[in-house]
Amino acid sequence: MKADHFLLGETAWCPGCGNFSIRNALAGALAELNLPAEEVLICSGIGQAAKMPHYIKANGFNGLHGRALPPALGARIANKNLKVIISSGDGDSYGEGGNHFIHNIRRNPNIAHFIHNNQVYGLTKGQASPTSDPGMVTGVQVSGVINPALNPLALALVLGAGFVARCFSGEKEHLKETMKKAINFEGYALVDILQPCVSFNKHNTHGWYKNRVYFPEVSDPADWSAAMNLARQWGDQIPLGVFYNVPRPTFEDSLEVLSGEPLAKRPFEPNDVADVQNEFL
Amino acid sequence: MEVNILVGGAAGQGMDTVMNLLGKSLVREGYGLIYTKDYMSRVRGGHNFSTLRIAGGTPWTTVHSVDILVALNEETYKLHQHKLAPSGRVIYDPEVFTLPEEEDRGVPVELKNLAEEAGGKVMANTVAVGVLLVLLGMGSNTVEVLLEETFKDKEGMVSKNVNALKSGMSAAEKFCSACFPLPPKSEDSQKLFVDGNQVLGMAALGSGCRFLSAYPMTPSTGVMNYLAGKSKEYPVVVEQAEDEIAAINMTLGASYSGVRSLTCTSGGGFSLMVEGLSLAGMIETPLVIILAMRPGPATGLPTRTEQGDLEFAIHGGHGEFPRAVLTATSHEDAFYRLNKAFELADRYQTPVIFLSDQNFADTHRSVEPFDFGRLSYNRHLVEEDDYEKPYQRYRLTENGISPRAIPGQFPGETVLVDSDEHDQNGNIIESAEERNQMSGKRMRKLKALAEEMDEPDLYGDPRPETLLIGWGSTYGVLRETIDALSASGLKIAMLHFSDIWPLPQKRLRTLLPEVRLSCCVENNATGQLASLIRRETGLAVDKRINKNDGRPFMPDEIIKEVEKYHES
Repeated sequence: MKADHFLLGETAWCPGCGNFSIRNALAGALAELNLPAEEVLICSGIGQAAKMPHYIKANGFNGLHGRALPPALGARIANKNLKVIISSGDGDSYGEGGNHFIHNIRRNPNIAHFIHNNQVYGLTKGQASPTSDPGMVTGVQVSGVINPALNPLALALVLGAGFVARCFSGEKEHLKETMKKAINFEGYALVDILQPCVSFNKHNTHGWYKNRVYFPEVSDPADWSAAMNLARQWGDQIPLGVFYNVPRPTFEDSLEVLSGEPLAKRPFEPNDVADVQNEFL
Repeated sequence: MEVNILVGGAAGQGMDTVMNLLGKSLVREGYGLIYTKDYMSRVRGGHNFSTLRIAGGTPWTTVHSVDILVALNEETYKLHQHKLAPSGRVIYDPEVFTLPEEEDRGVPVELKNLAEEAGGKVMANTVAVGVLLVLLGMGSNTVEVLLEETFKDKEGMVSKNVNALKSGMSAAEKFCSACFPLPPKSEDSQKLFVDGNQVLGMAALGSGCRFLSAYPMTPSTGVMNYLAGKSKEYPVVVEQAEDEIAAINMTLGASYSGVRSLTCTSGGGFSLMVEGLSLAGMIETPLVIILAMRPGPATGLPTRTEQGDLEFAIHGGHGEFPRAVLTATSHEDAFYRLNKAFELADRYQTPVIFLSDQNFADTHRSVEPFDFGRLSYNRHLVEEDDYEKPYQRYRLTENGISPRAIPGQFPGETVLVDSDEHDQNGNIIESAEERNQMSGKRMRKLKALAEEMDEPDLYGDPRPETLLIGWGSTYGVLRETIDALSASGLKIAMLHFSDIWPLPQKRLRTLLPEVRLSCCVENNATGQLASLIRRETGLAVDKRINKNDGRPFMPDEIIKEVEKYHES
């Protein structure tokens, strides 16, 4: 299978946007994993990144702002044969959807979460996002961002995420390979993808990232403290890679009722459950 | 002939234990009854009470008057003694409090001491049931069988409870044996003893619902508890969401992926859900929401009842999209109507809101076993040879219903849904022409949906001069009101809505212009159904009888209002 098989439609992104590389990497990953399009579901919320379901040949649920995770979980419960991927932005995933981010890491469903982190709100034209660097001046944060940036990787590690990785849209091969690992990971896999926003983030540009990213040696992906150290590095040096990779029982595996045929495919006849009322006799 | 029993005490004293044991035993013996709960939003203390009415046939509502008052504390006696019939009795524990000297209806039984002698003071409620059995002239066999079933897995508890029961019976005998004769038993088959939330939970299970996601909120939580309790034996997943926003979005994800799915909540949670409700309308994904109403605004009276969210259910959510709103009237009807909600959601690919309230949710009644064979399970999914290739989720059709497929249903075909306005494929568009096509397609579904709505139930005089109009859980109290007023010679009937949106109008248009007096009876402050009728039909209802103190109507309250209007 070739990546082209999964590319679809005309995008609404700005020329030079990091989203193009992320899209190509995703198409490449799906192709190299030989996944049939009808068995892949891409969920997203709202934002420029969240338009991904329109540009990749797969099932798509382009829902509400911040709400990519809940329908993704619902889909996994209904049909565990679906490969469920989320492709959405930093504002969507860490801001509006913060509560779902926290609680789905606890649940650990088999979902690969790809977060296009450009550290700014693109679709609403340039306000701060939860990951914006302090000091960044915007039309709303007129004296510069005053809150410290949210550290999604450290947060995910603290919450017990089993797969925590950081990529950069400019490191395309690494991005594609990491996506493949995340998709194949049994459980919730977080891939925070740094990407430039050519229109609204004049601070964290392609060059800014390019000059800082490096690939540290991760000798033991089960070393949580080492992963935490890497997750906390930010500034002149920004590490990329899979910092942590330790599967734990998934949400789906913990539900006995989900063993066997996917719920969506099981036949049903109301009379078969009529005995349920006997307890009230 | 009827008997009304009220058991009251502080939260945590176990009024429900008494009522469940006695109620279920009475139903097993063939008596018709109803049992309602009045409780505070606290875990310990305060004042809670439950009311049980046993009457010929099956009573539709509880009433104010009390024949036997079981006062587990002094407050209960003080709060309810004014309702006690002259021939009534007060069961109380003289170790806990004493009755005033002039009170000669007391049945003092040392509930706690007798329980301790039997094996533990926790069984004081079982002692109380023993006392009640004597006053009602019942034997202990049925209760003993029930105790055996309830405690069979708990070492020694069956015999201890039976001892407690018998000591209550012996203590009561000297006071008043069989002084409250029971009404005739029903000859019909064995009945269920079940509350509203259990009925809805069973209906969901019988409708093939395989997923419920919700955030606990009184008075809807019973539905969640019921289905969770079944999830080890039946293929249903119950997931407690981090908030109601997650609940509705999870439900939509599961529904989109191919299982019948449900969420339940009350007004505050529904407020958080309305963006998701609008999403369901836009992506045309089946969704059933049980909205169990309680008094608002905001946190309101969390454990009490109201019909204040009718307009919210009809209008909640931004933008315009078709929806149906159905309501829970009686236990019998609600079972089949929730199945209809699932059917409509699947057939019209749109949200259906099922309105219940605390009064319905927490009320137990004796009802005929349900006929699961009457439930339908038709997913209305497109068949292999029945769609134009390539598959498009939002294909334009004459009736507005697009062939629906689920992800993975057909090799090589994918299903794309989008909260943005979209084209037939599901892709984002902004063109005016496609917007009009897609909006028109969605709204066309309303026409056929409106025809699915059942006309309101007409009960009473077929040519009434006075018409009472209601919806939802007031069904029972209105029936008893009609029976009482008909017996006093009024030509009166009730028109009661189960399906309420789109508003079925035929009977309204025939009856309203004919009657001399029409009154809309609603558990809310403003008369939301009356306003809806005016808006949809142009017809005015003459009077509005409203109550929004968090308590359900009693027949005497409505009778008084109707008589007042007749006098003027």
